Amino acid sequence: MIECRDITKVYSNGDISTYALKGVSFTIKDGEYVAIMGPSGSGKSTLMHILGALDTPTAGQYLLDGKDISSFSEEELANIRKERIGFVFQAFNLLPRATVVRNVSLPLIYAGVPKEERNKRAERAILAAGLDEAHFSYRSNQLSGGQMQRVAIARALVNNPTIVLADEPTGNLDTQTGEIVLGTFKKLNDEGRTIVLITHEPDVAMHAKRIIHIKDGKILSDELVKRHENH
Amino acid sequence: MKTIDLLEETYWALTANKARTFLTMLGIVIGIASVIAMIAIGEGTQASIQASIQSAGSNLLFVVPGTQKGVGIQVSGGRGSAQTLTQADADAIASQVPSVAAVAPALNLRFQITAPGTNTNTQIVGTTPDYANVRNVQIAEGSFISNANLQSFERVAVIGPTVESDLFATGTDPVGKSIKINEVPFRIIGITVSQGGSGFNSPDDMVYVPLTTAQQYLAGDTYISQVSVEAANSQVMDAVQQGITNLLLQRHKISNPALADFSVYNQAQIVATASTITNTFTMLLASIAGISLLVGGIGIMNMMLTTVTERTREIGLRKAIGAQRKDIIYQFLVESVAITFSGGFVGILLGWILALLLSLLAGITTQVSLFSIILAFGVSAGIGILFGYYPARRASQLNPIEALRYE
Repeated sequence: MIECRDITKVYSNGDISTYALKGVSFTIKDGEYVAIMGPSGSGKSTLMHILGALDTPTAGQYLLDGKDISSFSEEELANIRKERIGFVFQAFNLLPRATVVRNVSLPLIYAGVPKEERNKRAERAILAAGLDEAHFSYRSNQLSGGQMQRVAIARALVNNPTIVLADEPTGNLDTQTGEIVLGTFKKLNDEGRTIVLITHEPDVAMHAKRIIHIKDGKILSDELVKRHENH
Repeated sequence: MKTIDLLEETYWALTANKARTFLTMLGIVIGIASVIAMIAIGEGTQASIQASIQSAGSNLLFVVPGTQKGVGIQVSGGRGSAQTLTQADADAIASQVPSVAAVAPALNLRFQITAPGTNTNTQIVGTTPDYANVRNVQIAEGSFISNANLQSFERVAVIGPTVESDLFATGTDPVGKSIKINEVPFRIIGITVSQGGSGFNSPDDMVYVPLTTAQQYLAGDTYISQVSVEAANSQVMDAVQQGITNLLLQRHKISNPALADFSVYNQAQIVATASTITNTFTMLLASIAGISLLVGGIGIMNMMLTTVTERTREIGLRKAIGAQRKDIIYQFLVESVAITFSGGFVGILLGWILALLLSLLAGITTQVSLFSIILAFGVSAGIGILFGYYPARRASQLNPIEALRYE
């Protein structure tokens, strides 16, 4: 579970202070599928960095599974990322010459998991992300964009994180492939995974069950998505 | 992160761009190989010089005439030019200085030697039968100069193997044949065993004749140019050296030792001096090679910095999925140490082969020592750490957010 209490982030550059986030509060329960939406410069990237333990807020509290990590050191944050967070990036960020299994098992290397166990868990995650056994030994640069993003999703899943954070996961994909990737997220959410999607596209955000709109560092709205029954 | 995983990551990273890894490694290979080969040449030279000094015999002292110095305005002749040393001095050393095992006076001359159809210019040593023992001269064929030869001023010669091959066709037996030294005919009575060594003063390129014959027929005078003295053992060398000095000062009626018209050299001192020279020579060669090693190291740093920049996003990703700073530092440090270490290994093999080839093809004595191998390994690992640390640290300090955004 994620709990943000009055999170503020200020970037200081000499005399000029820029407020990226001005007191943001919300709670995301386990198993939710939330889209954080906003135009560029709204502060959604900053929020994602804080949620992903890549950065700490200037003020306010960020509780991850009940633990306030807002004042953690760099080292402690790395451990949080290792154990509780799964990232999916717009640009996939796969190791190009490495096989799918090696890419997916990369986070487990830093967790000190032995190789056999790593490969077993990576294979399970790859299947969960909607790829099949035939893809295990592919090198990532032999894959299509949609397949690459699903490898990235598998990598985000492999350490069994509290949340999967996806930053514009469909930004580099065409609409059709984007739909497949979003379908993967839906499937994962149906299986009980917590997913936070950061996007500026309303069409993409509509796939989530709840949308938090932010603008100028503040929450504009926080509402559940009404589904058309036939969708 | 486990060590085995770290090594596997390193393997993947280095094989990802094989050409670049190879070229970077080449810098270290050449550097280490030249260090190994240069030290091998230096130490080989040192060993061969020492061996040739030692081959002259053991516990040796040499008495040579010096420049006669007077009080007042000095008109110096060259060292060794004085003709003040005589057979009587040599006899006095043998009979009066304690702990002397043997004494061999010698008159060194240089003349043209002719055999029918050929000729050579080499060193003639007029000496006594004791010379063979004192200076470790062994006879391969025939015999060395005898007392009978000496007493009857016989024109007989013992030649070294180099002289033999210069004057006689292979397969002919020179013993009993006649040669002319400065137009004076001599009969060959023996050939010495090769002692190795090269350049001038090689014991193989000499002709030994009786001292009396040399004085009478070749020099036309009674001085001698060197006395070789063998001390009873290595502990008495200094005492014998002092004894000879005192005796000769007294015999030559010189009261001030600074004005002595002779010098007494100790074999150990000569070895030490030669070692100093060859050490300097080795250091010089090694430092020239060291420069190429340094250039190789800079190549490593250059490659690692390029790699860090190229892999900025990868570093960002690794940090995002939980890599600690030290994981990143180790990863890049191990990469550069792996390059230098394997480069060092190949370099040692190459340097060794080079040294062997130099010995085989160019006839240069080389000696690959354990010291130089340990040094090369240490230096190559050190270079990896030294030149890899800065890029590795830079990689580890990248902010993951910025690194992930890097285009």
